[in-house]
Amino acid sequence: MAESLKSVIIGDRGILTPSHPSYTEVKGMTMEPLLRIEGVGKAYFGNRVLKDVSFSLARGEILGLVGENGAGKSTLMNILFGMPVIRETGGFEGKIYLDGEEIAFSNPFEALDAGIGMVHQEFSLIPGFSAAENIVLNRESMRNNLLVEVFGDRLRTLDRGDIFLRGRSAIEKLGVSIDADMLVSEMPVGHKQFTEIAREIEKAGTKLLVLDEPTAVLTESEAAILLESMRRLAAEGISIIFISHRLQEVIDACDRFIVLRDGEVVKESGTEQADVREIATAMVGRKMGVEEAREEEGRAFGEAVLTAEQLWVDMPGETVRDVSFSVRRGEIFGIGGLAGQGKLGIANGIMGLFPAGGTVLFEGKPITLDDPRSALRAGIAFVSEDRRGVGLLLEEPIKLNIAFTALQMQDRFLKKSLGGFLTWRDEAAIDELAREYIESLAIKCVDADQRAQELSGGNQQKICLAKAFAVRPKLLFVSEPTRGIDVGAKKLVLDTIRRHNREYGTTIIMTSSELEELRSICDRVAVIQEGRVAGILPPTADRAEFGMLFLGASKVSEKEVAS
Amino acid sequence: MKNMERDAKFRLDRFLLTNLVPLIFIGLSMVAIPISQFSGSYLVQEMLIRLARNAFLVLSLLIPIIAGMGLNFGMVLGAMAGQIGLILITDWKIIGLPGMVLAALIATPIAMALGWMCGVILNRAKGREMVTSYILGFFINGLYQLIVLYGFGKVIPIRSADLVLSRGFGVRNAINLLGIRNCLDNLIPVSLQGIRIPLGTFLVIGVFCLFIVWFRRTKLGQDMRAVGQDMDVARAAGIPVERTRVVSIVISTVLAAYGQIIFLQNIGTMNTYNSHEQAGMFAIAALLVGGASVARATLPNVFLGVILFHLMFVVSPMAGKYLIGEAQLGEYFRVFVSYGIIAVSLVLYEWRRARDRAYARRSLRGGEA
Repeated sequence: MAESLKSVIIGDRGILTPSHPSYTEVKGMTMEPLLRIEGVGKAYFGNRVLKDVSFSLARGEILGLVGENGAGKSTLMNILFGMPVIRETGGFEGKIYLDGEEIAFSNPFEALDAGIGMVHQEFSLIPGFSAAENIVLNRESMRNNLLVEVFGDRLRTLDRGDIFLRGRSAIEKLGVSIDADMLVSEMPVGHKQFTEIAREIEKAGTKLLVLDEPTAVLTESEAAILLESMRRLAAEGISIIFISHRLQEVIDACDRFIVLRDGEVVKESGTEQADVREIATAMVGRKMGVEEAREEEGRAFGEAVLTAEQLWVDMPGETVRDVSFSVRRGEIFGIGGLAGQGKLGIANGIMGLFPAGGTVLFEGKPITLDDPRSALRAGIAFVSEDRRGVGLLLEEPIKLNIAFTALQMQDRFLKKSLGGFLTWRDEAAIDELAREYIESLAIKCVDADQRAQELSGGNQQKICLAKAFAVRPKLLFVSEPTRGIDVGAKKLVLDTIRRHNREYGTTIIMTSSELEELRSICDRVAVIQEGRVAGILPPTADRAEFGMLFLGASKVSEKEVAS
Repeated sequence: MKNMERDAKFRLDRFLLTNLVPLIFIGLSMVAIPISQFSGSYLVQEMLIRLARNAFLVLSLLIPIIAGMGLNFGMVLGAMAGQIGLILITDWKIIGLPGMVLAALIATPIAMALGWMCGVILNRAKGREMVTSYILGFFINGLYQLIVLYGFGKVIPIRSADLVLSRGFGVRNAINLLGIRNCLDNLIPVSLQGIRIPLGTFLVIGVFCLFIVWFRRTKLGQDMRAVGQDMDVARAAGIPVERTRVVSIVISTVLAAYGQIIFLQNIGTMNTYNSHEQAGMFAIAALLVGGASVARATLPNVFLGVILFHLMFVVSPMAGKYLIGEAQLGEYFRVFVSYGIIAVSLVLYEWRRARDRAYARRSLRGGEA
């Protein structure tokens, strides 16, 4: 019954799908679903990341799982796979049934043994091995020999012929043509992805496959082949959970989808009536606790002060491929996008912290990329997202932290003696500066000599800002200013940034994962998707509009703020 | 078109960079050989002897490289174990091949224990294996000296007066290994146009090469290759990473013990307090001269390396003498070259990796690619 329905769906990619009764209900009545998740919840140290998630997955069904970063997708998968981190932080609530039996794995190997396969975002392949060798990794076909009797099983010789055949048949199952003898290091990205999937399905008894953003690194044609392979596997009875930010693919490939937001299932439906815009809206939604009121004022900006042309940045995990934009004097320019799409790479690349290329003009003069001094000399400051690593000298007192960049780069707060032969720190001036900022930014501390690591996240962030303000920058990059700090402090930090912009006319480029935060203080927001600018929107634009750009669902041409 | 040119240039640069060290050595030899005025047959004889002497030690380095642990400076540990075996059989006056075999049997458990310890420590120093094993060599050298200087004669009975220091305990600085001298080299006497061929040793080395070829095809060898290329992926696939790494070091240490025994039977005398120290340095230098890198070494690298490295050793003193009347220069050159070559190879390796990464990034350039 289910099989025949399934083939109808596969054959016509949802066009002939019976709209009612939903065929999953039919399946639910006829047989126990492969996977049933009931009321699963999880909190890390009182911070709730997953509440009461319930859904089920039939055999041979493809379920799309969508949600923003931090919506709880990874936590859900960690629970399913029995990752140690879950148990170490107090386990989870609710129940998970696989084939009708309750499961609670204590490590991922148990999950693999039970027939759950996972394909991760980053490739876990051995580069110097062939496709076939990777597919059978640690499950190689072997032959016995005499030495096995003496030294044990690990001295069995490999049966290369059989390994090749097994690799080839797994690849064939996917319906793609990859040479099983090809080394992974010589493969195009798409082939690597297929090799990973082939490894999972080659395992005997794989019933459920979790694909975590498998198409993120693929070209359009490769992605189409992958979706086709998924449907082939589903037709053979393997169930698939497909995690993706590309909504059109979810609609094309999946039978059903669920949307997670802030740890809750906010939408669950079949894909036949689904609409990209609707899913995007459900995903982005309205966040709790962030005020949305914007002071509407007639804001006028000067000429373009920073122009980036074809910027690329090789920042691991945040690769920027080809980004062009320009920012006008006095503006607060927002950069948003999902994690890993490259938004963080832009500031890091321009500041010379990661290898970068392209052209960046500041006030008409080029910035030498790959050299942090060039950007700093030109009057650009950077408040890094890596507060504790790049942002602060944790072991040093507050006052030195605030004065540090000014001292190093602008030779301020120094006094000379012996005719300029010796240079000393001007402690009195540094104290004065620290007092000034502690007061104006309301930094909560014992005194200016307290060590930076003793402060709370919010106050550390304020010190990072003070440090950047102290160099009196013409342009300021602020990355993830509110990450890891509590709600009350978030508002203070944002207000500080806004006030500095208004009072000193400093141009600010703020990068953030929080859309509401960007919309609340920015004059324009660029959305970065797959290392490119997906579009630039005014903050007043509809939330769904942003959602579409986040997901790369539409390529909107640049819309400038009317002014 | 532009891309293809870039690729071709990259490949050529890469070939030159990969083979820079052997190319330098070939160049130097071509200049030095005529100056030294050695005859061809003399050089061939010397190379055969030195190949027999050194190849086994160099081969013992291969397995840790497969497992991604770099050059095993800890092979000195194995060399020490081998020497303890040799001291004992010399004292017991067991000569010839049985003596060698007994020395190897005594050395095996010692080398296994030392190798296991070394492997466990290196597992706690991932990514810094080479410097850690290097320093570990110094540490174990201290223990070795304690045993050899005080243990022998006091705890472990030594009867032979030729071996013991005049104070009654501790082993003398130089030990004559007359009992086993060349016993493996001359096991099967073969001579070709006046050139002696140490066939016995070559057979042992041949068996070792076959072992390595076979080993790469075993499950353990495959696991080592996987661990060597990506520990995290190997671990995720269920391969016992730590254990595999320890096993690779144990094998290398045991083989180094055998290698040192073969080395010393060829030389015929043992420098109790120094022989092992040189063993590690020269074997590693020879391997690198053969074009191996920290991450990749093959059998041809071993043999090319041993020949080029020793050719330089044999030729440079005479070349020095004829050139500026100073044979000492060659001796100086020998030490200078071995340290220098290790330093150059390590730097080149890192440089090449950085270049490869930059090359891999070319696709990120929005405009060009």
